[in-house]
Amino acid sequence: MTPVTDKPLTKNMRPDGSVVDIRAYEQADGYQAVRKVLHGGMTPNAVTDAVKDANLRGRGGAGFPTGQKWSFVPLGNNAPTPTYLICNADEMEPGTFKDRLLLERDPHQLIEGMIIAGFAIEADVAYIFLRGEYVLAAERLSRAIAEAYDAHYLGKNILGSDYSLELYLHLSGGRYMCGEETGLLNALEGKRANPRSKPPFPPVVGLFGKPTVVNNVETLCCVPHIINHGAAWFHALGRTHDAGTKLFGASGKVKRPGLWELPMGTTIREILEEHAGGMRDGVTFRGLLPGGASTDFVTEEHLDTPMDFTAMAKIGSRMGTGTMIVLDDQTCPVGMTWNLMHFFAQESCGWCTPCWSGLGWVERILTSMEDGQGQPGDLDKLASQAKMWGPGATFCALAPGAAEPLQSALKYFRDDFERHIREKRCPWR
Amino acid sequence: MSMEVTVATVHVDGKSYQMNAEENLLHGCLSAGLNLPYFCWHPALGSVGACRQCAVKQFKDEQDTHGKIVMACMTPAAEGTRIAIHDPETVAFRAAIIEGLMLNHPHDCPVCDEGGECHLQDMTVMTGHDYRRYEFDKRTFRNQNLGPLVNHEMNRCIQCYRCVRYYREYAGGRDLNAFALRNTVFFGREADGVLENEFSGNLVEICPTGVFTDKTLKRHYTRKWDQQFAPSICVHCGLGCNTDVGEHSGTVRRILNRYNHDVNGYFLCDRGRFGYEFVNSDHRIREPLFKGKVVSADTASRQLRDTLTFGKAIGIGSPRASLESNFALRTLVGPERFYSGVADSEAKLVALAIDMLRHGPMRTPTLHEVEACDAVFVLGEDVTNVAPRMALALRQSVRQQPIEIAKALKIPLWMDHGVRDAIQDKKGPLYLATPYATRLDEIATATFHAAPDEIARLGFAVAHALDPQAPSRGDFPLAGEIARALTHARKPLVIAGPSCNSEAIMQAAANVAMAAGAQLMFTAPECNAVGAILMGSNPLSAAFQAVADGEADTLIILENDLYRRAPRADVDALLHATAHVIVLDHLVNPTSEQAELVLPSGTFAESDGTYISCEGRAQRFFQVFVPPIPIQASWRWLGQGAWERLDEVLTAMATALPHLAPARDAAPPATFRMTGAKVPRSPHRSSGRTAVLANINVSEPKPPDDPDSPLAFSMEGASTHPPGALIPFVWSPGWNSIQATNTYQQEIGGPLHGGDPGVRMFESAPSNDQSYFSSIPSAFEQREGEWLLVPMYYIFGSDELSLSAPGIAELATTPHVAVNADDFTEGEEVDVHCGGSTFRVPVCIRPDLPRGVAGLPAGVPPIAGLGLPAWGMIVRIP
Repeated sequence: MTPVTDKPLTKNMRPDGSVVDIRAYEQADGYQAVRKVLHGGMTPNAVTDAVKDANLRGRGGAGFPTGQKWSFVPLGNNAPTPTYLICNADEMEPGTFKDRLLLERDPHQLIEGMIIAGFAIEADVAYIFLRGEYVLAAERLSRAIAEAYDAHYLGKNILGSDYSLELYLHLSGGRYMCGEETGLLNALEGKRANPRSKPPFPPVVGLFGKPTVVNNVETLCCVPHIINHGAAWFHALGRTHDAGTKLFGASGKVKRPGLWELPMGTTIREILEEHAGGMRDGVTFRGLLPGGASTDFVTEEHLDTPMDFTAMAKIGSRMGTGTMIVLDDQTCPVGMTWNLMHFFAQESCGWCTPCWSGLGWVERILTSMEDGQGQPGDLDKLASQAKMWGPGATFCALAPGAAEPLQSALKYFRDDFERHIREKRCPWR
Repeated sequence: MSMEVTVATVHVDGKSYQMNAEENLLHGCLSAGLNLPYFCWHPALGSVGACRQCAVKQFKDEQDTHGKIVMACMTPAAEGTRIAIHDPETVAFRAAIIEGLMLNHPHDCPVCDEGGECHLQDMTVMTGHDYRRYEFDKRTFRNQNLGPLVNHEMNRCIQCYRCVRYYREYAGGRDLNAFALRNTVFFGREADGVLENEFSGNLVEICPTGVFTDKTLKRHYTRKWDQQFAPSICVHCGLGCNTDVGEHSGTVRRILNRYNHDVNGYFLCDRGRFGYEFVNSDHRIREPLFKGKVVSADTASRQLRDTLTFGKAIGIGSPRASLESNFALRTLVGPERFYSGVADSEAKLVALAIDMLRHGPMRTPTLHEVEACDAVFVLGEDVTNVAPRMALALRQSVRQQPIEIAKALKIPLWMDHGVRDAIQDKKGPLYLATPYATRLDEIATATFHAAPDEIARLGFAVAHALDPQAPSRGDFPLAGEIARALTHARKPLVIAGPSCNSEAIMQAAANVAMAAGAQLMFTAPECNAVGAILMGSNPLSAAFQAVADGEADTLIILENDLYRRAPRADVDALLHATAHVIVLDHLVNPTSEQAELVLPSGTFAESDGTYISCEGRAQRFFQVFVPPIPIQASWRWLGQGAWERLDEVLTAMATALPHLAPARDAAPPATFRMTGAKVPRSPHRSSGRTAVLANINVSEPKPPDDPDSPLAFSMEGASTHPPGALIPFVWSPGWNSIQATNTYQQEIGGPLHGGDPGVRMFESAPSNDQSYFSSIPSAFEQREGEWLLVPMYYIFGSDELSLSAPGIAELATTPHVAVNADDFTEGEEVDVHCGGSTFRVPVCIRPDLPRGVAGLPAGVPPIAGLGLPAWGMIVRIP
């Protein structure tokens, strides 16, 4: 066995960007975790317990404990069949490109994670629900799935065991809502990608009405390593209680935009200054969205916060996907907020009123503000709409996600909004 | 609230209410009479949480003063729940939701057909939103032509999704959908075109604003407050759906659904909703005619009297005339000279159905109970086209067994999309045995398309599989499966009827129901087919014989076109041989055209009376408006002064025919008063209705008297909610739209206050006598060169009266012959020879028809009257 790494997710990745094929993956101890589970006599509950012990939390952004999610699925002979496992690879969060790396460069890592997760929930069928624009990932995943079938990692009686799993790749038609857990289920069923009422929750009533677990790509990629090296090792990878490593990224006017696998709990400042190289020369940092478009802005005062689910919540934001979008002084914060609201307004599925109606209105107000037609009172309208998107007020998390950058922009960049109205122009234009 | 529900105490704004614990808070609040606005929720559709309008503040306990906003429709009415409707934050939230909904709404109420009875208007007023802050352009849509019945104006849409939920999920339609997303969701068809679903008209009432409106109303539009209404019963099939009829200036303007929990609930079929326009038809008989010349009412009456005095008169009744009118004719000519208005074979089958239900062990369910049946076997009936509203009920019944999945998962049944996510496409069991494919085939567990005799044989085989004592001939692999499905059901149901003109099918159905302990429902061909048979009469053939034998020289035909009852040649001969033919009817038809004396009889909108539905439910319809003088109820023409008022006819009928006495109680008598007053037919005035004739006379004329009912031709009268049988329109303070129905119910979606209207004339007789019918037909055999011509039913086309409604006529089928054969090509003209008649019609290829069987559209002239099924020939034109 190769030495234990502190960057398990990216350890196999090649500098030239080519894909790790099945031979290379196996040579790097790939599919050992599957063998350990299927040949080592592990029960589904033992796998789930291992993941629970590791405190693996969902890397899609919500941070829900993965093992706990799995444990909601009914097991045994009386459980409804089939049970489905779905990998949510519909990476559409603005500023987020972490899953793409895992999908394009080391697809077998994901497949192995899915086989183990599938075993834990006694899944019969698995889908990778892939963002339609990820063409290269689709090509590489298709090949990897075929390789895995040929090597009997997929299909009937995997590696001679009693466990069977069929894995399909599905390319999304392309909507942000398809990445919402239940919107994804509807999309996969061929329906409008509207979110579903909860309860019932997917582990009980999911795809085609059957028990279903939906996990993010990065979450599933962590699973083989937890099985191979154990919960204690996984905890030790992180700097805080939220265990493991995390793919962190940065975009915006930083010196080195990119993506890095770092210990969970690495501070924002370390990511921004050491890994992204700080701001480009001549521009000044103003704030950043820590983990995609649907997280609250944080500013200079927050930079020493560890990036993990718990600490980020304490400062009134969220880690989200962990891929930050950096705002600088040469960029209009109103324009950036408009851009975000435009995105959310475009992607509203049209189901609940505060979302479909309010987002459109907010977008129009911000447009007029940028065009120098802002009115006194606009900020109150924006604030009241953000309030209408509070948790419980809307049907799903899209509008509450939009509320986060809007309300925090109004909080941290209020002067800039007021200047737009007062000067009847965008000072950055 | 009915007794069997679990009751929860729910605290609303500090007051305690008893609510149905199996329901949600919105349902509970509305049932308690509290005003809470809503859009996406509907009592028949359940909760989906889309509009967020019914927000309330929920508190954890007495100590919790902070609370959190929840949607009442998505929150169970659990014991001890504490909520506030009038909490300032939620009041502001609800106002903001309305503001959001109204951003793109055109505010075109003055020119919108929904104005004055719009749920969106009511809810906007209820929330108090009155100032517009949105300053940008509104989004606009291109509207679609959805056919002659439903109008489309998408700019008014507030995206509540009720239309598509109703149309697709409840009614099984496919061609209406939600397109696009965000604030530009478009609810319509993929392209312009007639809405395909037979229940599309309900969109008019389901839509909370003016996106879907009644296109027939649009052609002669009048505001709700300018219409005069009366409770009525649909005349377009035998189910007896309850309607409210709106009139203005002597024209019937529209039909609205009248909620009857036991019968039609919230929905009507399109034939029932839009067929009314025959009342306004140019083909109406509006004046008495004697030998083709218009005469006065007095002259006509005298002529009738004289003819009766000097002639040997017989009367032919009608399955579409009221009990009262049939009884008046029966009384006038004498019971021994009163003849049935339908072909002997049909009369025999309807009588058989009545006999089974009155004297057999099988109970007939209400239409509402059909929805709750969890395994259904249909024999011989094209339900969608014969008894359309029943098909909508069956579309709910197929969900009953799958719903158990949701129950097991503890998903509340009102959580509509949660339930649908859990049960997905599971349906049934529903078994259909029909001569040809029907619209319900798409939801059937299995279908069996065969000649009527084969359908009967399958039925006998099913009964035999259920009980070896039941006789059977032949082997049907499907029989065991159907028998098992019926055995495993909690509430099995068997549906049959006279549509295939087969006694064997009905007897087989009875055997199945007896063997399975199932309920049994028979369709009835027309609105009072059951009533007419219950009254009793001589067979129609005997009337023909009486004239042929010279025993009669005067024929009084009540609301009946005999050419729909017997072959053309026979009717020609009858009318030719009769010295005096007297016809009472609404519309000119081939029979009335040959009458010596024609009397204009009032339609359902111009007269009062009672129909008995296929369920055996006697229901009263009331005059909506006073027609021009010569038009009056047939019973009044025929009464010849013997009685002046409806109640006198009913009393006389109860004395002469005691078994019909319960029909008197179908509605309160004319003497009924509420707080000392009659029930007003018109809503409160909201415009200058009473000034309409001011250019002629400024004094307001005295409203016409109504001696027949407790309803007044006025907007003045009792201001409280009347009993169910007397509800002319629904209205409550703050509730101007049809959603005011909420305030008439004991519990939302439950029975009406004071009980649902109608009297069931027969209940099953518990009996140990399990004697099975045993006349099993031989196997169907094809004939060389001949076809078994079976009737094919059409919702638009097979009904006589609605064919005179322009919207229905536009959609109606045209004469054709349907065959499954390689011998013909689609559209080619052929001659059909049958029963001495020949028709030249185009061919329609129907691969679903059994070999050797061809279909002719039932009730479509000139095919009507043929007496199908019958053997015939189809000959290519050289």
